[in-house]
Amino acid sequence: MSETLEHRAIGADLPRRDGDRKVRGTAVYADESPAQDPVYCRIVQAPLARGRITSVDPAPAEAEDGVLAVLTPATAERLADTSDAEYAILQDDEVHFRGQIVAAVIAETFEQARYAADLVDVRYDEQPGDTLLSADRPDLYRPEQVETGAAPDTSEGDVDAAVAAGPARIQQTYTTPMLHNNPMEPHATTALWEPASHGGAGSLTLWDSTQGVHTVRETVYTVLGLDREQVRVVCPYVGGGFGSKGIPHQNVVTAAMAARAVPGRPVRLALTRQQTFSLAGYRPPTIQQVALAAGDDGRLTAIANDVVEQTSRVKEFAEQTVLPARTMYAAPNRRTSTRLAALDVPIPSWMRAPGECPGMFAPEVAMDELAHELGIDPIELRERNEPDTHPESGLPFSSRNLLACLRRGAEQFGWPDRDPLPGVRSHGGWWWGTGVAASVYPTMRMPVSEAEISRVDGRYVARIGATDLGTGTWTALVQIAADALGVAVDEVDVLIGDTDHPMASVAGGSSGINTWGSTLVAAAQEFRKRFGDTPADGDSARAGVPANEAAERYAMSAFGAQFAEVAVHADTGEIRVPRLYGTFAVGRVVNPRMARSQLVGGMTMGLGMALYENSLFDPRTGHVVNHDLAEYHVPTQADVADLRADWIDEHDPHVNAMGTKGIGEIGIVGTAAAVANAAWHATGTRVRDLPVTLDTVL
Amino acid sequence: MRPFDYQAPADAGTAVAAVAARPDAAFLGGGTNLVDHLRLGVAEPGLLVDVTGLLPTGISDDGGGLRIGAGVANADLAADSRVRRHYPVLARALLSGASGQLRNMATTGGNPLQRTRCLYFQDVTTPCNKRSPGSGCAAIGGATRQHAILGASEHCIATHPSDMAVALSALDAQVEVLGPDGERTLAFGELHRLPGDAPERDTVLEHGELITAIVLPPLPVAARSDYRKVRDRASYAFALVSVAAALEVTECRITDSRVAFGGVAHTPWRARRAERVLRGATPSDEAFHAAAAAELADARPQDGVDGGNAFKIPLLTRTLAGTLRDLARQEA
Repeated sequence: MSETLEHRAIGADLPRRDGDRKVRGTAVYADESPAQDPVYCRIVQAPLARGRITSVDPAPAEAEDGVLAVLTPATAERLADTSDAEYAILQDDEVHFRGQIVAAVIAETFEQARYAADLVDVRYDEQPGDTLLSADRPDLYRPEQVETGAAPDTSEGDVDAAVAAGPARIQQTYTTPMLHNNPMEPHATTALWEPASHGGAGSLTLWDSTQGVHTVRETVYTVLGLDREQVRVVCPYVGGGFGSKGIPHQNVVTAAMAARAVPGRPVRLALTRQQTFSLAGYRPPTIQQVALAAGDDGRLTAIANDVVEQTSRVKEFAEQTVLPARTMYAAPNRRTSTRLAALDVPIPSWMRAPGECPGMFAPEVAMDELAHELGIDPIELRERNEPDTHPESGLPFSSRNLLACLRRGAEQFGWPDRDPLPGVRSHGGWWWGTGVAASVYPTMRMPVSEAEISRVDGRYVARIGATDLGTGTWTALVQIAADALGVAVDEVDVLIGDTDHPMASVAGGSSGINTWGSTLVAAAQEFRKRFGDTPADGDSARAGVPANEAAERYAMSAFGAQFAEVAVHADTGEIRVPRLYGTFAVGRVVNPRMARSQLVGGMTMGLGMALYENSLFDPRTGHVVNHDLAEYHVPTQADVADLRADWIDEHDPHVNAMGTKGIGEIGIVGTAAAVANAAWHATGTRVRDLPVTLDTVL
Repeated sequence: MRPFDYQAPADAGTAVAAVAARPDAAFLGGGTNLVDHLRLGVAEPGLLVDVTGLLPTGISDDGGGLRIGAGVANADLAADSRVRRHYPVLARALLSGASGQLRNMATTGGNPLQRTRCLYFQDVTTPCNKRSPGSGCAAIGGATRQHAILGASEHCIATHPSDMAVALSALDAQVEVLGPDGERTLAFGELHRLPGDAPERDTVLEHGELITAIVLPPLPVAARSDYRKVRDRASYAFALVSVAAALEVTECRITDSRVAFGGVAHTPWRARRAERVLRGATPSDEAFHAAAAAELADARPQDGVDGGNAFKIPLLTRTLAGTLRDLARQEA
């Protein structure tokens, strides 16, 4: 058991420390970082899915006013390490996907760069692109592992025999579409190469919109062949990332290459909205074949999810869609499998709750179908299949409050009076229904992070290279550090968002607070051990993140339950969600107002996944054709009605010193299933392919 | 985006002369459509002639109808009490479109002149007969959920995006135009054209012609009218289908009606066949479905990689029936 902190500041409903700066517009984002005489970089993208560049003529662009340089495969610097193919930018003539960077123009003004980019004359030898995902492809393959490092396949017992034996069974195929992160702030970098600094070796500074300044530095110095100390990355604020800024994408390295082409001039490179659809990653589409079998008592005898999904041919990304089916419910016969189609498509990457988000849609709809077939309430069905220990590892859970969430949620939502029959509630010209689904997200702590705490002018100043994606890190880490030091929050400053601060892990996997908080606690303990309660100015101590030893003895996850009320217009099939309610068990909540914002935001994004979001990929061209916010629909204000999130008071002494589980992602997990289940309850039409649109329920 | 010249003349006549003098010139009004297209490279004018402030911004009574200056903002038109009372279909159509910010910028003259909408038209990396005549149509066989089911051609299947224009089509509006050869007036229903083999032309206006006013005739049937826009999300989306309808019922018989559709054709689609079926009928779902069936007899849905748009036929049928049903109840 971890030594749990006494919570004084943790749990307090403090306003954001950076709120004032954001409201006033004085918080500085990557593309507006102060820069003397900045220049602008505009990328040129390949308009074909596969082929070879036969020639690049930069002359028409170079002839334009203000153009300083045109980077092409012939002129761009040779990179030191292209073992990660995503970063092999302008290194050869191959076109691996539509939208790949094939040139970049640097000019004195944004307008000049944009115009000149259109003038770069690139010729291609086009080859047929292979871009269409299907479960019937003969070339599907099993990856060595999925993104978390877990095995792609698992098997225990005999699922097929159990399904054949029934008596209740569900065997259905569910699909989730390609989905794209659309943070408000574009992917943007301001990059400056100063050749005279660092003893004449030169230094590179990147003001980047990223989920991890140290992550960017590790990539950039490696790819460019510099020393780590030659690269500094600064990112005080991020206008949303959701995973798409979790690893640096091609734009960041291109900005660095552009800066080195114009030494001494800061280069600004911001992706357009359209460009992000091919360069900033996406959630790959999935095809999930789920099998459930159960006895008349509702106890599962088998659970299986066989997943087919896509990756890019140039770089593998195996979304861990199979994981939830391994962890959620008890059943003696279990099977999961992952098969990939490697296509001439842009490179997939992280999108909020990779794996859990798509991987909870199919099983949670299947559970709803099974409940209906058995005539058992969906909540009761989940209660009957609650495992005593983690179904895959056999470890006890450090805490598992799924049932508490379901029960509390049911009471708050008004579930007990629900008529289970589908398609029977019509009033006011609408069909009405309700649905439920479970949420889950693993509790993670990253293995590497370091923090320093110093006494400065009578205050405690902590430094850690962490990130605030808009989530509240600037404030939450102060609360943790204050409790760790045993002082008031007013006495503490925490500085983040700069590689000049000690190495911190990426804001990903809902691990930020767990990791950075644990690190700050360790640093505070070290500080107190060395300097006691009356430190002098200049006293300073460092510590790294402690190992998560309890994870060897316990399975650790956050859980939740989501409830949706759906109305479907009787004439038009228009689907609206007047109520969406989630209740979660996420350990200790550091700051309620920011936690609520995270959970509500995740659920809103889940609402988008349920009903609107759909990257329309045209396999003929190999690109997403609805690549802007007019056509790629996320929920508007008018779509979000009574949407609420809360949590139970959960104390988990094992996860970490704060008792936190991470809240950035669980809000999106299960939402789409809850909405789809409610749409079925309203209409009697079961839709297994997201998004659920009006034409599917007409 | 290529560089362009910019002029801000002192009056509409000078603006018309300036545009007429250069084949690559374009008028700039509220800019809500053109500026998007400039940024996307879809429109590449060599000269922008700014008509902001040059066109009438008043709404005046006109022989029992209304004369709406071309410079009237969409937001102001939707808020006008005479429009709301006598032509509710127009106010509701306007308010269902775009966002508050866009309605503040968009003008009466500019809104009907929005280019037709198509994912591929907006993407200069794909072939498009509208953008580059003769290059082919990438939309056919592509993502076609939003595309036309009526009046399309083998060259273009785009749809007109304006909600306002659907209402104006139903209301028998007139369009006043100033051109290099003087003024002319045309029926609103004649303004837009089907793609045929020249999809680059969305309207019949000649180069240099500028809409100066839109006139609504006195139309008693319009007092009971509505606009129903159907889309996946509740706001800020183009219509999958829309219906503008006005209905007059006397002694349980439909004595007059106006029906127009949006989201289904290269133009706002005046449903005159449906109106003929409705005339004299008893208001009923049967009659409403018969009206829709008559209008949609020639509908041709598109296949598509996104599942296509065959759903628009039942969707439009049901939307029309629902809209007329509600109007008939208002009558009673």
